[in-house]
Amino acid sequence: MIAALALRSLRHRRATAALTVLSIALSVFLLLAIERLREEAREGFAATVSGTDLIVGARTSGVHLLLATVFHAGEAGSGLRWSSYRALAGHPAVAWTVPLTLGDSHRGFRVVGTDRGFFEHYRYGRALALSIASGTIFAGPREAVLGAETARRLGYAPGSDLILAHGSGDDGFMPHADRPFRVSGILAPTGTPVDRTVLVGLEDIDALHAPERIAQTDDPLAAALMAAEPSAEASRTITAFLVGLRTRPSALSMQREVNTFPDEPLTAILPAATLQEVWALVGVAEQALRAVSIMAVVVGLAGMLVALLTGIAERRREMAILRSVGARPSQVFALVAGEAAALAMAGVIVGAVVLHVALPLARPWLASRIGLVVGGVWPSVLEWQLMALVFVAGSLVGILPAWRLYRHSVADGLSIRT
Amino acid sequence: MPADRSIESARGNPILAHASRVDRTLADATPVIDLRGLRFSWDRGATPVLAIESLRIDAGERVFLHGASGSGKSTLLALLAGVVVAQGGQVRVLGTDLADLGPATRDRFRADHTGIIFQMFNLVPYLSVLENVLLPCDFSPRRRARAEARGGSPRAEALRLLASLDLDGPRFLARQPAQLSVGQQQRVAAARALIGAPELVIADEPTSALDADRRDAFLDLLFRECARESTTLLFVSHDAALAARFDRRIAFADINATATRLAAA
Repeated sequence: MIAALALRSLRHRRATAALTVLSIALSVFLLLAIERLREEAREGFAATVSGTDLIVGARTSGVHLLLATVFHAGEAGSGLRWSSYRALAGHPAVAWTVPLTLGDSHRGFRVVGTDRGFFEHYRYGRALALSIASGTIFAGPREAVLGAETARRLGYAPGSDLILAHGSGDDGFMPHADRPFRVSGILAPTGTPVDRTVLVGLEDIDALHAPERIAQTDDPLAAALMAAEPSAEASRTITAFLVGLRTRPSALSMQREVNTFPDEPLTAILPAATLQEVWALVGVAEQALRAVSIMAVVVGLAGMLVALLTGIAERRREMAILRSVGARPSQVFALVAGEAAALAMAGVIVGAVVLHVALPLARPWLASRIGLVVGGVWPSVLEWQLMALVFVAGSLVGILPAWRLYRHSVADGLSIRT
Repeated sequence: MPADRSIESARGNPILAHASRVDRTLADATPVIDLRGLRFSWDRGATPVLAIESLRIDAGERVFLHGASGSGKSTLLALLAGVVVAQGGQVRVLGTDLADLGPATRDRFRADHTGIIFQMFNLVPYLSVLENVLLPCDFSPRRRARAEARGGSPRAEALRLLASLDLDGPRFLARQPAQLSVGQQQRVAAARALIGAPELVIADEPTSALDADRRDAFLDLLFRECARESTTLLFVSHDAALAARFDRRIAFADINATATRLAAA
C-alpha cells in the first residue's frame, strides 16, 4: 500500500522524477561503460600476443623488447645475428620460431620483415590466428601483406603497388622508387598492433638494404668486400624472434638459456609477464578512469538527494494528512525511502539497458577504430555488483530525507509546527 | 434497494454485522471522550499548554469548541487523535486510555475510530478525489469492512458519501485535488473523515476558508452524515456565528486551566 502511494507520488512529480532517474542512469551508464571498456582494454592488452612462449632479442630491457616487437614502439635495437637465431631455432625444446626484422616504415606504418611462419604461428586474443581478409599471404619477392588499418588508411587493395623506405620516419629518408612492392593480401582486423603493419619477407628487407650499400660507395675495395660477403643470409641480422616451445613449463628454463647464450648477449621475455609489467605502468590511468566514473555516480545520487530534500518542506503537509488517516511514522519513512529506492532502481535499470543497447551498436566502431573487442552483452559479475552498489547507495541516500520527514511527522502531529 | 444491500451484507458477513452492533452498544455505554486531569506541554519540563481537569463528550453529541487561535485547541485535537501523548492525566477515547497503547497501536486506533478534517489542504495532492476518500480504508481494515457493510464496497460507499456531499459525477472523481475549489476540497475531506463510520469525527476549523453560504451548506451536509451513524462530532472553530447550530458549546478558556491562568496573568 505504501509502495502504491510511493509510485503515485513519483508519478505526480514525474518531471523531477524523470530528471533524477536520467541523472542516475547517465552515471550508471558511464560507470558500467568505463568498467566494461577498462576490462576489455586490459584483456585485449594482455592478449595482444598469445600463444608465443618467448620473445628473444638483443640484450635490452624486457619492457623495451616487448614494446619494440609487439607494439612497434621505440627503436628496434641492435639486433641479433642470424647464426644465433639458427642455433636457438634448432634447440630441442623449441617447436617453432618466427624471425622479425623491424626498423623500416611505410608512410608511418611499420614494416615488419618476417617469414610465412608468422601467419601460421602468431596468435592474439583467445588463441585467435591471423586470417587474410582478401588476397593471399606473400609468396614471392616484393610482395607485402598489409594489416587491416594500414590498408584502410592508405587505401590499398591487393595488387596495389607501394614504395618502401628505410628508417621509421613518416617520409623515410631513403626512398627506393625503383623497388615497388606489390600488395598480395590484406589481413582481417585483429585489434592489435598487427593492424598497423606492412608485412614483407626477410629476404626483401635484405634486398632493400644490401645493394644500396654497394651503390653508395665509390671505393672499389669496399664494393668488392661487400660483394665478397658470403650470402645475404649469413650476414643478416634480425631484430627479434618469437618462440613457441614444445611444452609450456620449459619456458623458464629456456629463458635462462637464452639469457646466458654464449655467442652474443640476448634477452628472452615471457610476453604475458612483461605485458602485465607494462599494464601496471598504465594502471594509474585506469584508476583515474574508475575514479571519474565513481564521481559521476556520486553526482547523480547527489542530484537525487537535492531533489528529495527540496521536496521535504512541501511534503510535510502530505505527511500530516497521511498521519491523520492512520499512517505510522515508520510508514512515512518507508514512503520517502521507498521513493528514493525506486528512483535509484529505475536509474540503474535505465542506465544498464541503455548501455547494453548501445554496446552492440558501438562494437564495430570500437573494434575497428580503437581495436577494442567488446564482447558479451550480459553483465559480468562485477557489473551486477556495481549496479547493486549504486542501488544500495541510492537507497541509503533516501534515508536522510526519509528520516527528516519522519522526525517532522512525529513532531508535527497533525498540524505543521515550525 | 439500499435495504436489500444491507441485508445482503449482513448475511454475507454475520460476524461483521455483530461486531458493529457491539461497537454501537459500547459507544452508547461509555463516553466517546473522557479527559481527566490532563497535563500537556510540548517540551519536557516546560509550562503545560494544556491543563484540563475534566471533559466528557458522549456518543452522538455534536460539540462546538471555540477559543482564540494559539490557545492550544489543535494540541488538544492531536492528543485526542493519539498523535501526541499527555504527560499527565488520562485521555480516554471510547473507553480506551490512549496512554496505555503503544505508538503503532495508537496510530491504528486513530485509523479505526477517528475521522479528521483540517482547516485546509486536506488532500494528498497526487491521489484522485476517490482515492483520497478511500485512504482510511487502506490504513484500517475495520473502516474498510464497515464501509463495505454500508455501501456494498468501499468504493460504492465513497461514491455515496461524495454524492450526499453534492460531489457527483464521474468527471469529478478522477480529478486531482488541485483542480478543486476550496469548498469542494473540504467536502472531499469530510467524506474521507466519514467513510467507514468512525465513532468520532474531529474537525479543526474546517469552514474558516469558506464563505458564509458555503459554510452553512457544508455544516448541513456534515450534520446529516453524522446523524446517520450517530457519529460524535467535535467541531473546533473561533467563528461564534456557527455555535448556535450545535448541541453543546464549550469555551476552550473554560476548560483549559492554563489558558485561564495565562489570561489572568
